[in-house]
Amino acid sequence: MQGFRISPSMAVVAVLIILTLLGAWRYDGFLGTYNVQTVLRYNSMFALVALGMCFVIMTGGIDLSVGSVAAFSSVVAAHLSPYGLFPGLAGGLCAGLLAGTLNGLLITRLKIMPFIATLATMLAASGTALLLANNQSVSVSYETYFTNLGQGDLLSFMRPEWVDAEDAGILGGILGFILSFPTPAFIALAAYIAGGIVINHTAFGRHVLAVGGGTEASRLMGLPVDRTIFLVYVISGGMAGMAGVILASQFGAGQPIEGIGWELFAIASVVVGGTLLTGGNGSVGGTLAGALLLGIIFTILNFENGMGWISLSAYWQSVVRGVFLFVVVVLQAKLSRAAKAA
Amino acid sequence: MTTALDSKKDRPRVFDRAAFFQRYGVGLALLLLIVFNLIVTPNFATSQTLAVNLTQVCTIVIVGVGMTLVIATGGIDLSVGSLMAIAGALSPMFFTGQLIPIPNLYVGIALGIVIPILVAGIFGLFNGWLITKFSIQPIIATLVLFIAGRGIAQVSTNGDLQVFKVPEFQAIAIGRVLGVPFQVWIMLAIVIVAAFVLHKTVFGRQVLAVGGNEAAARLSGIPVSRIKFLVYLICGMCSGVAGLIVIAMNSAADANLIGLGMELDAIAAVVVGGTLLSGGRATIVGTLLGALVIQLVRYTLLANGVPDPAALVVKAGLIVLAVWLQRQEQA
Repeated sequence: MQGFRISPSMAVVAVLIILTLLGAWRYDGFLGTYNVQTVLRYNSMFALVALGMCFVIMTGGIDLSVGSVAAFSSVVAAHLSPYGLFPGLAGGLCAGLLAGTLNGLLITRLKIMPFIATLATMLAASGTALLLANNQSVSVSYETYFTNLGQGDLLSFMRPEWVDAEDAGILGGILGFILSFPTPAFIALAAYIAGGIVINHTAFGRHVLAVGGGTEASRLMGLPVDRTIFLVYVISGGMAGMAGVILASQFGAGQPIEGIGWELFAIASVVVGGTLLTGGNGSVGGTLAGALLLGIIFTILNFENGMGWISLSAYWQSVVRGVFLFVVVVLQAKLSRAAKAA
Repeated sequence: MTTALDSKKDRPRVFDRAAFFQRYGVGLALLLLIVFNLIVTPNFATSQTLAVNLTQVCTIVIVGVGMTLVIATGGIDLSVGSLMAIAGALSPMFFTGQLIPIPNLYVGIALGIVIPILVAGIFGLFNGWLITKFSIQPIIATLVLFIAGRGIAQVSTNGDLQVFKVPEFQAIAIGRVLGVPFQVWIMLAIVIVAAFVLHKTVFGRQVLAVGGNEAAARLSGIPVSRIKFLVYLICGMCSGVAGLIVIAMNSAADANLIGLGMELDAIAAVVVGGTLLSGGRATIVGTLLGALVIQLVRYTLLANGVPDPAALVVKAGLIVLAVWLQRQEQA
């Protein structure tokens, strides 16, 4: 049983490595600093949202509001950015937590099913974002350090000069590579490490999996079911809020109509990462691998277009994403059926 | 379960508020909105206001009918908007002779109507296949086409706007019969047929039985898989019809925009209309009224100077209220 539970995540990591090697072999600059930075910078927002979604799905729920919550918090963060980095960050995060709290209350207090509750929050967050932003994007302030959050590279200040010298050698190359990681990537990484610890080493993490495995049984065992469910939606909202802050900071504007389809990307990452949609089982690391995998596939598509062998318009992305989800979902259904039969 | 039934039976017959709102809430809300508007909103009682509101609501109701049937079986269909886009993107290729030159315009129009609806239906069958063959939850199974469907529509038109001027085709949306836009007639016809099918035919009974208790339905010999296939097929075809109406209204097909967000509007109409989200109880007329209520709320707000985004927030509140009322009644 243990072996089966690990294998889907392992498979994703294996595919991830193979695709990365394939890309490095096939395209110039695939593992170059610029490309890696771009891919990580852009996909860390999705990775954050996927982490929150992973927690929600592990309890057997779903959060459709993440995209518009991120848009909402990007607007809030942009409005607060003139006051500095931390007000912007805190404001955006709080906006996300607020939306998550609303989801949690609707689901645990009013007993409204997650899919409808988060749908309603999606509409409400989207409407509020448009109202706050007056129907247009809100520029962030470049006077403060706020834009560093999305555009900066966290460790660049400690970059020694010899790394960039001609004769830096392979060690210098690797060090330079790591030091050029963008700030959002570090934020996402920190969130995933924290998430992994919470799921695997805390009582709350156990509760999350237990609730997803069987809500009624958990209730009968005396687990704090409602509190657990409430908290996963707050976490998901917080992650969407953080993604919104990065969005505003990275693109220099709070964007009330951004975030369409983010929930699908997040769900796809979670599912691809081997987390069962029925809840009770899941992997934080797998979700990270899933998010990276989806990101890399699109990078490869872009490079492939650049090579001129094929010419896939950007519209193919959603087709590919859908086909991918289809394959994974069908595989998952077959696997879980096989597990049931065994 | 039995205790809940007993307690209901033993309870003295008092006015059951939750049940009352459940049954007549939508109609009442619609009535109140109309009265409110007659008093407050200037120029409300004009045929133009009526036409505007009806045409705004047509496609939502048509898709909502299919969605009602799907939800009645305990399912959900998120792919409706994308299927609208596929049908809408496909249709002009026939009557503008882009795909294959068709000498007779009317043959082209006929093909441009029939084939897109069939294609949307086939995609609906794909949803049904995923759900019945692999026992994938409907919300996830239809997510596949929600994502890929719009992509297919965009890829097949290369994302370009297809502009056309074919009044004979556009008649399905903007032509008028007895002064009423033709799309309203289509909507009414679909509502009447669906209401009849749901409440008066064996198929309708079976749909509700599957949603009420799938295991019991299976044991009593109802072909559960076939019923599910059929409701997703119907939902897909309804989406196809709605997609054609959208492009006929706009005299252009834009795969990026046709049916965007339609799944929310349709689900909202169904829920506000009083159909149980868990399946087993459904009302087509309720969906019609639900869509009208949502539209009229939006119209009321806009006509009285409230910005459109605020109307979104109100719509969210409406959905929550409707579902909460359902829960109250079930509890």
